Amino acid sequence: MSLAEPAPLAVTTSAPPRLNALQRFAAGFKGSLPAYLLLLPSLIFLAAFTYGAVGRVVVDALYQRATPRAPSRFVGLDNLAAVIADPAFTGAVVNNLIYAVGTVVPSIALAFLFALALSRTNAVTSALRAALFLPVLIPMVAASALFLFIFLPNVGLLDHYIGRLLPVLPNWLGDPDIALAAIMVITIWKNAGYYMLFFLAGLQAVPEDAMEASYLDGAGPWQRLRYIILPELKPTFLFVTVIAGLNAVTQVDHVFVMTKGGPSNATNLVLFYIYQQAVEHYDVGKASAATLLSLGVLMGLTALSFRTLANREGGP
Amino acid sequence: MNPFKQLFKDAPLATRNEITPKLGFALVVLLALVWLIPFLWMVVATLRPASDGINAMAELMPSLKPTLDNIRDAWDIGDFPRYFLNTTIICTGILLVQFATVTLAGFAFARLSFAGKTLIFYLFLLQLMLVPVLLIVPNLTLVVKLGLYDTLTGVMMPFFASAFGTFLMRQAFEAIPTELEDAALIDGAGVLARIRHIYVPLSLPSFSAFAIVSVTSHWNDFLWPLMVINSPDKRPLTIGLSVFTQTAEGTQAWGTIAAGTLIVIAPLLVTFLIFQKRFISSFVTSGIK
Repeated sequence: MSLAEPAPLAVTTSAPPRLNALQRFAAGFKGSLPAYLLLLPSLIFLAAFTYGAVGRVVVDALYQRATPRAPSRFVGLDNLAAVIADPAFTGAVVNNLIYAVGTVVPSIALAFLFALALSRTNAVTSALRAALFLPVLIPMVAASALFLFIFLPNVGLLDHYIGRLLPVLPNWLGDPDIALAAIMVITIWKNAGYYMLFFLAGLQAVPEDAMEASYLDGAGPWQRLRYIILPELKPTFLFVTVIAGLNAVTQVDHVFVMTKGGPSNATNLVLFYIYQQAVEHYDVGKASAATLLSLGVLMGLTALSFRTLANREGGP
Repeated sequence: MNPFKQLFKDAPLATRNEITPKLGFALVVLLALVWLIPFLWMVVATLRPASDGINAMAELMPSLKPTLDNIRDAWDIGDFPRYFLNTTIICTGILLVQFATVTLAGFAFARLSFAGKTLIFYLFLLQLMLVPVLLIVPNLTLVVKLGLYDTLTGVMMPFFASAFGTFLMRQAFEAIPTELEDAALIDGAGVLARIRHIYVPLSLPSFSAFAIVSVTSHWNDFLWPLMVINSPDKRPLTIGLSVFTQTAEGTQAWGTIAAGTLIVIAPLLVTFLIFQKRFISSFVTSGIK
């Protein structure tokens, strides 16, 4: 403890270098104290609900209870093995991959198209932007309530208007082959307008003189897109892909409301599986193991944009 | 043809005769109309009397005898005032605590130099990468341990610290000239007094941008409150609406469902239509929340 009291050491002119370093550290800490106090409230909550949560996931994944009331005992990697061997989990992973590709690609393509068409600002484009952005603001649950009727067999909006064109009326949410696609439509409808904003911001940053030069050289719209706009927007595409990828894992409220993972697990996604294990089966061990696996994948995904993210937020 | 020309009158001369951009624009107009159909149906179905029958339910043409019966029914079945109150408490509570935490932390990053700054910056950045939604299971066990299960405080707590807000405030504070602060320093004002009287009043636009993103995302949050809340009288709007939808779906009361949805989303939509520009610029800064 005496090392923490630098006062008596300060008088000795030839203190050993190790103590000097300690002294400097103490002085540095003292000078940093106001900053630490300001950061403390944030760090407490981050420690409890972010870093601590990750720690608890790792620990919980190693323990298992025989019954909800039994004491938990250490089982090592058994939970992970059980989750990986669970066909419901692997099914959810496959569904989630299909869902991710099937929502990320079309919503980004649409968002980019919207942004290209609406990049100039006038009353008409502002109104169109607002129309495309409206779904972003409403809760996924509200979107689900509306689409529940849109997809309703026979009397629903979709069957009422385009059902006549089909030989057989599909049961949009009841058919295992179609339900996941129906769920994807809602996600695309809800998110395309959000991603559009990032492309609009990106298009603002395309250098004016490069565009002017291309007009002088007689480049057509496709050539301008291919050789000027797309290369310029590469970071935007990466950033939006990461956000859309995260959303494909985390934004699954409509599964809860519309299908509950059914029919026959066709729309079961990873987060819904985790919820089922934790809340319906009281199996925290398995839920934590599944969380751990998903965290690993998501961290990998965000690591892709780590540099972009750090720069976006102003660097350390 | 003329209104179309009008729209492209500010396009560069060289591109004015190109067809592709105009086709693209027409396609986007069409898609925007498609995008609005669910909202259009919601309004039309809300105002449609039940006497029109189930087969007319999908008609997008408004009924000739509009009625407010559906709104009244929805209001009677669902406990919407209570849901609104709970959601408002949750959003306000989160936002007020966030204002405190992000202002203090943002100031530390913007104006103070301290040991381990880089490390702590990356610790904050980590929150942006570890999506909180995925941590529902461990956070639920913590909330239960803290005795906050089935309380609104339990719903709010995981969001009290915000890396996004911290970085946003840091950016705002860095833009404020230090000369302003020097005068206050000479007068002997402490850190908190300087934040309170110089930094906060000059950063109100950033606070409002943060408030918009924070309130919208927590207003719409569903899964986390679903885990934490058990009592019907503590349900926020999203859970209230999902329970309401399930009840009304059983009786095929689609007009009532449309009305309930309208009641739930109307406040945010109206606010958006009034403050459109501000909303859009706030969301551009958000990215990962």
